[in-house]
Amino acid sequence: MNKIKLYALIAVVCIFANAVSAQDEDLLSMVGGDEKPKKERVKYAFKSPRVINSHSIEFLNPGTLDFRILHRFGQLDQGYKNFFGLDQASMRMSFDFGIKHNLMAGAGRSTFKKELDAFVKYAPVRQSTGGKLNSPVTVALVSGITMDGMPWADPSRTNYFSSRLAYYFQAVIGRKFSEGFSLQVSPTMVHKNLVQLDADPNDIYALGIGGRLKLSKRIALTWDYNHVFVGMPDSGYYHPLSVGVDIETGGHVFQLHFSNATGMNERAFITETTGNWGSGEVRFGFNLSRVFQLKKHKRD
Amino acid sequence: MKKVILITLGVFTLSVSANSQKYFTKAGKITFDATAASSPEQIEAVNRSATAVIDTKTGAVQFSVLVKGFSFERALMEEHFNENYMESNKFPKSEFKGTITNNSAVDYSKDGNYNIKVQGKLTVHGVTKDVTTDGKLVIQGGKINATADFSVQLADYSISIPGLVADKVGKSAKISVSCSLELFKG
Repeated sequence: MNKIKLYALIAVVCIFANAVSAQDEDLLSMVGGDEKPKKERVKYAFKSPRVINSHSIEFLNPGTLDFRILHRFGQLDQGYKNFFGLDQASMRMSFDFGIKHNLMAGAGRSTFKKELDAFVKYAPVRQSTGGKLNSPVTVALVSGITMDGMPWADPSRTNYFSSRLAYYFQAVIGRKFSEGFSLQVSPTMVHKNLVQLDADPNDIYALGIGGRLKLSKRIALTWDYNHVFVGMPDSGYYHPLSVGVDIETGGHVFQLHFSNATGMNERAFITETTGNWGSGEVRFGFNLSRVFQLKKHKRD
Repeated sequence: MKKVILITLGVFTLSVSANSQKYFTKAGKITFDATAASSPEQIEAVNRSATAVIDTKTGAVQFSVLVKGFSFERALMEEHFNENYMESNKFPKSEFKGTITNNSAVDYSKDGNYNIKVQGKLTVHGVTKDVTTDGKLVIQGGKINATADFSVQLADYSISIPGLVADKVGKSAKISVSCSLELFKG
């Protein structure tokens, strides 16, 4: 190879290299602008920690308080006489607190049976993306207690305080499949210390299926069904099914729905739903959720 | 013969690296404030992990920030910011690519304050728009402190504010950038 050829080659290389560097190069990629994918939680599977009646896989943010007002009206099939049920209302008021991103607790009181209820909800596993070991689902465990506040039905017998209590244990396993679609199943066990009849079981098992389909950024269709497998008394109780829409307006979430259940805690709606969708015994109801930030986010 | 090639290549490489000095950071601070005049609540957030690069030779400037990295005082605002306004799953990043138009007026080798003009393209929510702003460079001890404030119209980036929250969320957002850049040793 002679010198001229060599210099020519070098010159070409130089021109080429300069041409490349003079181009609109991506400075960000040069300094490693594209961060390594970080493991992150999949958030906002539901707008609210409740699908409608049932607990959802969603949690309150740490340091927030969710003040919830729930109304269930009378049956629609009562017609104009009771203004399609709106003349009657049963309600529950509750305060739920977000403690950690995967831990929350709350307490409420229902007018139905003057019942107090409280629960703790904890998620050992949360759905995640971007990491090496991602969980495809969120698993939340709920443990709750209810306390009947009615006067004793038969004051002449020895009544124990524990007879007022019922407990429920629930696992909620769910996944946000896409931005618009989330689905969850929730095996549940309800234990009542005292039941009405000898033949009634103390332990009742159910499987819940809840979901959300987003219709727009702020409106979603939700459904919430519990199939009671074991221990449902034969007489007059039905599987609770609620179908509704979530409407989000700034600090509020309105959950409007139709349901055959009146109860607003797990004991009441899973084991004592007396309405039958088949014969039109459906009620209108709404949950109003207002979230307050108690503790300001730390932003260092 | 081989020596000639090596020297030529060596000189060439040296001249390239000497000409092109790049400063960068991965901990740039970007804040924005979209509080409407009548709002009782502050709609503002901060992100402290913006990536920024300045090429002192060409005056090229680039920023990139993860939308999910913006942190609000209220968790619900953060949720709405990501879910309803920025759609951060669909558009995870916001970017700026531009140049310092008066780059020749800045002497990067000397400590001092310089007012700069920056022009470029800002991509937010999947929409790219031209942006011009004044900024400031403070060069001190081999580091560059870059700051800039500018304002964008949310509607320009297809971010719609529903009437229901219009009394809280304004039509435009003030964006402040503050970065301390160090020499990039590639």
